[in-house]
Amino acid sequence: MASTERASPLAAWPARFAAASASATDFTIRELPFTTQINVRGNAADAAFAAATQAVLGHGLPAAANTWAGTAERAALWLGPDEWLVVAPDGMNESIVAALRNSLDGQHAAVTDVSANRTVIEIAGSHARAVLGKGCPLDLHARAFSPPQTAQSLLAKAQILLQCADIRPAFRLYVRISFAPYVAEWLIDAATEFAASRGLDAQRIAARLA
Amino acid sequence: MLRIGCPWCGEREEIEFSYGGQAHLAYPQDPHALTDEQWAQYLFMRDNPKGLLRERWVHSHGCRRWFNVERHTVTHEITAIYKPGEPPPARRA
Amino acid sequence: MSGAFRIPGAGHIDRAQPLAFRFNSKSLQGCAGDTLASALLANGVHLVARSFKYHRPRGMFTAGNEEPNAIVQLERGPHTEPNLRATEIELYAGLVAASVNCFPSVDFDLGVLNRLASAILVAGFYNKTFMWPKSFWKKFYEPVLRNASGLGVAPDAPDPDIYDRLHWHCDVLVVGAGPAGLSAALEVARQGLRTVLIDEAPEPGGTLLQRPAQIGGIAGAAWAARAAAELDGLANVLVLRRTSVFGYYDHNYLMALERRTDHLGPGRAPGIARKRLWHFRAARVILATGAHERPIVFGNNDLPGIMLANAACTYATRYGVALGRRGVAFVNNDHGYALALDTQAAAGNLSLIVDARPAADPELARRAAGAGVRALQGHVIARALGGKRVRGVDIRTCAGTNAGRVECDHLLISGGISPAVHLFSQAPGTLRYDARLACFLPDRASQAVEVAGALNARLQLASALADGKAAAARTLAALGRAPAALATSAALTASSAASAGFVPPATVAATAAGTPAPGPVPDELHIEPLWSVQSLLGRKLPGKHFIDLQNDVTESDIRLAAREGFRSVEHAKRYTTTGMATDQGKTSNVTGLAILAEALGKTIPEVGTTTFRPPFTPVTFGALAGRDRGTLSDPVRITPMHAWHAANGAVFEDVGQWKRPWYFPLPGEDMQAAVARETRALRTTAGVMDATTLGKIDIRGADAAEFLNRVYTNAWTKLAVGSCRYGLMCKPDGMMMDDGVTARLAPDRFLMTTTTGNAARVLDWLEEWLQTEWPGLKVYCTSVTEQWSTVAIVGPNSRKILQALAPDMDLSNAAFPFMTFREGEVAGLRARVFRISFSGELSYEVNVPSWHGLALWQAVIDAGKAHGLTPYGTETMHVARAEKGYIIIGQETDATVTPQDLGLAWAVSTQKDFIGKRSFARVDTRRTDRKQLVGLLPRDKSFVAAEGSHLVASPARAVFDPASGSPSIGHITSSYFSPNLGSGFALALIANGRALRGQTVYCVRDAGPQPMTVGDPVFFDPEGKRRDGID
Ligand SMILES: [Zn+2]
Repeated sequence: MASTERASPLAAWPARFAAASASATDFTIRELPFTTQINVRGNAADAAFAAATQAVLGHGLPAAANTWAGTAERAALWLGPDEWLVVAPDGMNESIVAALRNSLDGQHAAVTDVSANRTVIEIAGSHARAVLGKGCPLDLHARAFSPPQTAQSLLAKAQILLQCADIRPAFRLYVRISFAPYVAEWLIDAATEFAASRGLDAQRIAARLA
Repeated sequence: MLRIGCPWCGEREEIEFSYGGQAHLAYPQDPHALTDEQWAQYLFMRDNPKGLLRERWVHSHGCRRWFNVERHTVTHEITAIYKPGEPPPARRA
Repeated sequence: MSGAFRIPGAGHIDRAQPLAFRFNSKSLQGCAGDTLASALLANGVHLVARSFKYHRPRGMFTAGNEEPNAIVQLERGPHTEPNLRATEIELYAGLVAASVNCFPSVDFDLGVLNRLASAILVAGFYNKTFMWPKSFWKKFYEPVLRNASGLGVAPDAPDPDIYDRLHWHCDVLVVGAGPAGLSAALEVARQGLRTVLIDEAPEPGGTLLQRPAQIGGIAGAAWAARAAAELDGLANVLVLRRTSVFGYYDHNYLMALERRTDHLGPGRAPGIARKRLWHFRAARVILATGAHERPIVFGNNDLPGIMLANAACTYATRYGVALGRRGVAFVNNDHGYALALDTQAAAGNLSLIVDARPAADPELARRAAGAGVRALQGHVIARALGGKRVRGVDIRTCAGTNAGRVECDHLLISGGISPAVHLFSQAPGTLRYDARLACFLPDRASQAVEVAGALNARLQLASALADGKAAAARTLAALGRAPAALATSAALTASSAASAGFVPPATVAATAAGTPAPGPVPDELHIEPLWSVQSLLGRKLPGKHFIDLQNDVTESDIRLAAREGFRSVEHAKRYTTTGMATDQGKTSNVTGLAILAEALGKTIPEVGTTTFRPPFTPVTFGALAGRDRGTLSDPVRITPMHAWHAANGAVFEDVGQWKRPWYFPLPGEDMQAAVARETRALRTTAGVMDATTLGKIDIRGADAAEFLNRVYTNAWTKLAVGSCRYGLMCKPDGMMMDDGVTARLAPDRFLMTTTTGNAARVLDWLEEWLQTEWPGLKVYCTSVTEQWSTVAIVGPNSRKILQALAPDMDLSNAAFPFMTFREGEVAGLRARVFRISFSGELSYEVNVPSWHGLALWQAVIDAGKAHGLTPYGTETMHVARAEKGYIIIGQETDATVTPQDLGLAWAVSTQKDFIGKRSFARVDTRRTDRKQLVGLLPRDKSFVAAEGSHLVASPARAVFDPASGSPSIGHITSSYFSPNLGSGFALALIANGRALRGQTVYCVRDAGPQPMTVGDPVFFDPEGKRRDGID
């Protein structure tokens, strides 16, 4: 019988990520493969919906636009006024989908497993804001974009869901799998400037985004 | 490049949005009750003012919501933004 | 020693750091802190260029971004860059530069022959002369002109440098770090606002570095350094040096180019982006872009050694360079008068000021006398004398009387100021002509911008500093920055963000357009307008009288244009090419239009200015491309099976951003052979294709079926759970928009597929109707395009292959009929299997979560080995689907095609309403002569028509005759060679085509019309016997 091994879209990249992280000062990049991701649709103003999701997730779905709630490992990210992305560690997709569907039975809601739809790339370190700023038009200053902020936008020519996951800062980029190699290549290229002994004004820029 | 205030996400760059043409052209209740001329009017005829225009935008790379914008077609000044179903604000003098 | 003309002790250069460089193959030496221009002048080199049209000798005319003459080619090989201004190039060790526009050398130039012909090289000469005879243009005129014109040479090797881009948001963006910009930036920065200060020079200071100045008891340059240090020390402030703001776009979006390593020399900062393109979004902008000085037009006013007064002052003060031993100044205003005296203070080489006004400011006159400089009031310079360098001037009284000849080796000119309104005008802001100051000034802004300093005609230092402060105060007020905190600067903490509907209140005020400074503009110029000495004296004077030095446009060219009927300044500009060179007429535009106005008998405001457009200064393509080059020029989207395809020799086709296997050639096979083999396998044994790229949308909710009823042309209510249906989507105008198979997963749940290229568009379309027209429908749509990988197993043996992988699945026709799907295990993976067909063959499309896509693919390949399974690409898919007459959206359709045109009326409900239905009753869609889809078989079986070819009814009509209108009766939409048919074949849209079945039409091509027979679009298995298998 054939292999049932899963392959992430960036399965071939760990060595390049490690090299990019090692050569840059205070910048790291890695893939968080197979992150459980569940798309949830429903009426946020409906108490029954809120209760049913809270019961399963242990935290509420964020009502504020472009924020996330929960912990770095188990969170719900706002996608739209009636849409969220529930994220959890690898392997929890089926159980969460089943629990949410069960809990929401009879309500006008939708629960869809999209764990394989996107992968997650995490970049972190003091240069992470500048790296993103090279291709993303959002205001990435720490005053404007810190936990629990999220945003859906563009990085260069790819659509991204961006989560500021940690004040360090650490950012998680949720990227459709077909775009993942492009985004990975782009990020590594944008970070080359931060390799040791290079960078010219890199510290100055980082300080002005912090 | 415009900066457009999505009613949900706040101000974002124009590249995150897609244009949806003139606003407030409701799909006719019963298209079959219309004459060819009336139907053609709905399909093809659009205002093209030099001045304020109410138009639709969708935050296609963001929250995927449609909304309405009142924009000056010469200066690109945005004078109002409101959600679908909301009445357009009174026009400035 | 860094040059014979260096003034001892003067300038902000580092004499301890001499730098060797080469110009026109000559070895010279300058100092750290020099520009190429100042270093050349320090060595006494004035002649640096030949002019564009007449190849006249030219020298440095300015000390900045407005330079029209000193255009050079910098460096060689892959690093070479043409058309840079020597006045802006910072000197580095080993710099190599050369003049452009001259052959073989700047001293002995063959193009000077043009000068002998200058009498005929007038405005419009090229337009008038080379229009006729037409056939001469391509073969003769163009190559000759191309050789003679053009500036430098582009590098012919790939650019070895890297370029960068950065988006930046700020509260206040200050453009220009002269006294006004610095004082404005200090004010806003001290309030904690996110501030950016940009200047094109290596260090902030502007005119503080270019003229002797005192602020609060310290030297201007020291004050500027102190201010820069304070700003650099603030974390809320970004000071960008060597950066030019070149574009001011909508909603305070500004772009700037930072030159990060150019001053180090090529290749000396490996890994560092050479230039960075900044994209700014500023709540408010303060423009302190300064002013350019303006020349006066007189005879031979282009000779080397003739320079604007502020440039002479800059060379003396900033670079410690004297322009010569004996100088004369020609002015008509106090600002220029003062600059001449400031130059004298530093260089001590000025002997005479010729002032066209009856009197100068008494204080300035006293200064002149004290400095031993003679002043001639009420006089003008009629003509400069000299060849490769000015050596004297002819002076006249304003009444025209000859007042003698004065010897000099350089000449300072000041005809007034042209405030650098470019960015303000781009914003767009309106300009007003101030007759008292004889210049255009910013008037009404349409964006959140303030202006300050020389741009606002504040020329005195104290006045500029105060104006900067005032602009800052207005900016702070507009940002609500009196007592209250500003949203963007107040930390947007976790708690405040969580409660945010966003849109900080300050941004409302921030978008209000800037207001002009209150009160009248003071007169710090005291100018008496003087555009042209000829017109002042009312007589023709000897010599050439230049307006635009870079494009060699003279006063008489402008007058000729006026005589020939050019009334609009925009037309006259293009006819004479005034202001159209790379300097964009920074020193010539206003003079040109003033003379045009005079020639037309109009006032300057009546003629008006030409439009200012970005970029303010040239931007290299490399910087614009940034990181988007090579593999990053556009996203390459790949499926999880891509690595297998690549390893197995696939040739890829670009389908939008996707890389899809086009065909899989075996060693020695060309495309035709590979496609023939793949097609045969699909029809006789089995083929496998990666169909992952199809769009997939999960549609859920109580009203999901009703929703599909409205967006699809056919009916969905009665579709059984477990079944699939082919659906057509139309726009309200009835034209085809998309098609695909949709499956009912549950009573309230469907999975829609879309064409590869339309995945995002269809989802947007569905959301548009749900959100804006039918918000009451209980439906949610979620994109799952990339959640699933799809493997299509196609052909007579497909059932056997799938059975081997899914032993528990009943694949019999009875248990698993056509247009149904089943869920189960395939290759040990949980899968959803659709029995649908895009080829007419028995076929299964297996879907697994995409992280299992590669494993599934490999398993199918392995299981298929025993059954002749052949991987195939998009070309074979196309041949197979076209043989069956299956359409492709975007190939058979082009937004003018209805389902009925394509023979798909069977998929259009006559019962229910749906988007587009009303349009099928329109007169136009009911026409019988609409183009209809037909099949075409060539008489010559080897003929494969080009897609898009036009079709005509008879061979005679294949020759286009404009008199009889278009002979086309239709066009070919798809065309392939079919190994199964042993013939080329095509799908086509032909007017009333279905009525032409059996008839011959002709495909238009260069080699002659090709006869083709019209038939049904289904070429293969018209009974559809094969889709259930043929075993
Ligand atoms: Zn939005």
